[in-house]
Amino acid sequence: MTMADANALALARSALLDAAAIADRDLERALGTLLRGDVDTADLYFQISRHESWSLEDGIVKEGSHSIEQGVGVRAMAGEKTGFAYSDEIILPALLEASAAASAIARRGQEGRLQAWRPQAGHSLYLPIDPLPTLADDAKVELLQRVDREVRRLDPRVRQVNASLAAAHDVMLVCSSDGVLSADIRPLVRFNVSVVVEDGDKREQGYAGGGGRFAYDWFLDGDRALEFGREAVRQAIVNLDAVPAPAGEMVVVLGPGWPGVLLHEAIGHGLEGDFNRKGTSAFTGRIGERVASPLCTVVDDGTLAGRRGSLNVDDEGTPTRRTVLIEDGILRGYLQDRMNARLMGVAPTGNGRRQSFAHVPMPRMTNTYMLAGPHHPDEIIASVPKGIYARNFGGGQVDITSGKFVFSASEAYLIEGGRIGRPIRDATLIGDGPTVLNRVSMVGNDLQLDAGIGVCGKEGQSVPVGVGQPTLRVDGLTVGGTG
Amino acid sequence: MTTRHAPGIDDLKQRVADVLRLARELGASSAEASASFGTGFTASVRLREVETLRHQRDQGLGITVYLGHRRGSASTSDLRPAAIEESVRKAVALARHAADDPAAGLADADRLATAFPDLELCHPWDIDPARAIELALECEAAALDADPRITNSEGASVGTSDGIRVYGNTHGFIAGYRSTEHSVSCAVVGAQDGAMETDYEYAVSRDPARLPAPAATGREAGLRTARRLGATRLSTRTVPVLFPARQARGLIGSLLGAIGGGAQYRRASFLVDHAGKPVFADWVNIDERPHLPGALGSAAFDDEGVATRDRRLIDGGVLTGYLLGSYYARKLGLASTGNAGGAHNLVVGSSGQSFDELVALMGTGFIVGDLMGSGVNPVTGDYSRGAAGFWVENGQVGQPVTEITIAGNLRDMYRGIQAIGTDVDDRGTILTGSILVDRMTIAGT
Repeated sequence: MTMADANALALARSALLDAAAIADRDLERALGTLLRGDVDTADLYFQISRHESWSLEDGIVKEGSHSIEQGVGVRAMAGEKTGFAYSDEIILPALLEASAAASAIARRGQEGRLQAWRPQAGHSLYLPIDPLPTLADDAKVELLQRVDREVRRLDPRVRQVNASLAAAHDVMLVCSSDGVLSADIRPLVRFNVSVVVEDGDKREQGYAGGGGRFAYDWFLDGDRALEFGREAVRQAIVNLDAVPAPAGEMVVVLGPGWPGVLLHEAIGHGLEGDFNRKGTSAFTGRIGERVASPLCTVVDDGTLAGRRGSLNVDDEGTPTRRTVLIEDGILRGYLQDRMNARLMGVAPTGNGRRQSFAHVPMPRMTNTYMLAGPHHPDEIIASVPKGIYARNFGGGQVDITSGKFVFSASEAYLIEGGRIGRPIRDATLIGDGPTVLNRVSMVGNDLQLDAGIGVCGKEGQSVPVGVGQPTLRVDGLTVGGTG
Repeated sequence: MTTRHAPGIDDLKQRVADVLRLARELGASSAEASASFGTGFTASVRLREVETLRHQRDQGLGITVYLGHRRGSASTSDLRPAAIEESVRKAVALARHAADDPAAGLADADRLATAFPDLELCHPWDIDPARAIELALECEAAALDADPRITNSEGASVGTSDGIRVYGNTHGFIAGYRSTEHSVSCAVVGAQDGAMETDYEYAVSRDPARLPAPAATGREAGLRTARRLGATRLSTRTVPVLFPARQARGLIGSLLGAIGGGAQYRRASFLVDHAGKPVFADWVNIDERPHLPGALGSAAFDDEGVATRDRRLIDGGVLTGYLLGSYYARKLGLASTGNAGGAHNLVVGSSGQSFDELVALMGTGFIVGDLMGSGVNPVTGDYSRGAAGFWVENGQVGQPVTEITIAGNLRDMYRGIQAIGTDVDDRGTILTGSILVDRMTIAGT
């Protein structure tokens, strides 16, 4: 273990267990309760998280808010069965009561045995800090107010500015019946700004934001918060001139960075281990097959320093890693948590994640992106006689089983004769995950990751993620406009 | 197994009263607080075996303090006295940094609820996990057996929850209620010609006696999935679109966002300043009915304790007003409408047709089966979403359709509503029948 890991484990023990007078023998007792009958493995997940946010409207900070969430989630797994319970009090009676409830899933069988804990080495991708006090409260207020003032000065059409600054300090400790003992201290900060601009009776909104696993000073560095403000105004002003989006299948050039939400929806979810174990994904059984053009290599990488989607260890204590999903167009791998890896007879990939102690872990993405290719972005635009260039997106969604996915363009332009033309109104793009990447005919040399705004939802659980890609030319996507 | 003490309404009222007193002691000029506690479980099965059994037990406390017109808030799931005191101190400290904002403060005392009718929200389900598993198995079996092309399952679930919620403020208001919610759901996978489709069906009610038989829910999940098999795409065209009741709810949901006080004040709405103006076709009426017995959106008071009231929100197509809590009401120079936290049961008036009559009325067009993505721009009203569904030709439901988008602008779509069915879907807080919209653009091949 590195010093940082040892430090995280000591800090987490102190905050979660010592504070509640829970000793190692109590953990063993709870795991022993869970490990009844045919239960294969069991785990306990302790968590305390503190969150604050400051929000500005009308040029003033109207409110600050603070929350504390804490608790312990316990899980017993027997084959494909899971028993789960939690308590939002970290006290021994609650831990034992939850363990008894979760173990009710067990059938009679050979009693399992606890294995000795082997403290698990994780990465040191971020410092084990509490980001909340890394900027004085007065300075948080001043930062928001300065962004408001500067943004309003940029353009007289700016009518409303809403901005917020938020931070979370998340401490987790997980231990299992088969020897995992791991902890992580996870800082996460975020800044958002949205503006409404008005010009006559036209009205548009622009939005930008970012963050990651570090202290608040990241927003001051190079005046990043203000840059987000400028970006929000730019997007809103562009859209004031937007014409109706075209309708139908056409060539689409996707910009770098956040448009990588394409990969998250079209590819990423369909490669999560649970859907593939159950045979409900359009990618089921397709490892080794061509699912993309040879220009495409897509990875999920939880080990990028400081990124919003990164983790030193996942929520089951497995160190995160870089998993190649598609290599030169060939499907290579799935994303696994421990349960699905065990049932599929493969190694976990460090993708076992949960929204909180009150939720069951599942295979989830971390930072998902496509590697850079050979083409200059200008060359890609110039190659398109008629189509659209989509530079920014809202969210997306996928139907894992049919493979159909959507994502919604929030800033896009017509391309005519190889040149970027007029901006177009918001439109949803729809495609088919297993075939869309076969239509990628050019890949830019300008890989970018998003600014740190992604939230992924699955089965009611939200987790922070990252996406990224270089500029891509897709030779056929359906654009859902009205024109 | 020991069972820890589950707090009752009086326990939570005491807790809220204590927190309000503490806030006053720590310097707050006024304060409001809410507390909640809930328990429940969900049993899930897949391919005729138990898959997960998930127990839940949630508690929480939220406090908002005011130092004059400066506001700070905090919440905690740790309800031990030290954690509660820390939260109150934190809220006070945050309020000291907030700007003085004359609109910030408790709801006006004369608008607080004084009558607390029994809205029949609490119907505990006497069911244990073993019985819930049996019902989930029955549900999934009916889905798997509904059609020979059903090949796989995402499972079936039966869930029950029972919770209490108390709200109080330093005007002396304190009230709480207990409510239950029970559900059955199922999703299965079908395959035909190497292509898979999935769909789901669900039932939800506050009263377990009002849930349909689990097998009926399961069978519908199976039939819905089977109907999607063999789907093809459509070419790009402009046609009428029929939103079945289940999807029509979302169409009306976009209205609620647009007429909320925050969106109006921020001018982040496609219906800015539209009170008193026509928004829908001139025969459309929409009512808010907060006191419907047993309904999912019923409440005697809103999140600030303000009394909720029956109200006609859309009258002959005209928007009569906004959905306001105290804060944005003051900002807009209006009074709270008892909508802090949203609307409570919207009832959309029907034009009298059954679903089949709506299909016949449409003649040739598209029936929405499933919508994907969030593609609604709240500021411009631009609407563009991924869709699957069915093509209708001369009143005959034909081919299933996939991988298209439907697009329009909500202002035009609302004005262009041709008919609203009698087939009300009561599984949410918006009670509407199917909605026929005169024209939208389908993008496809």
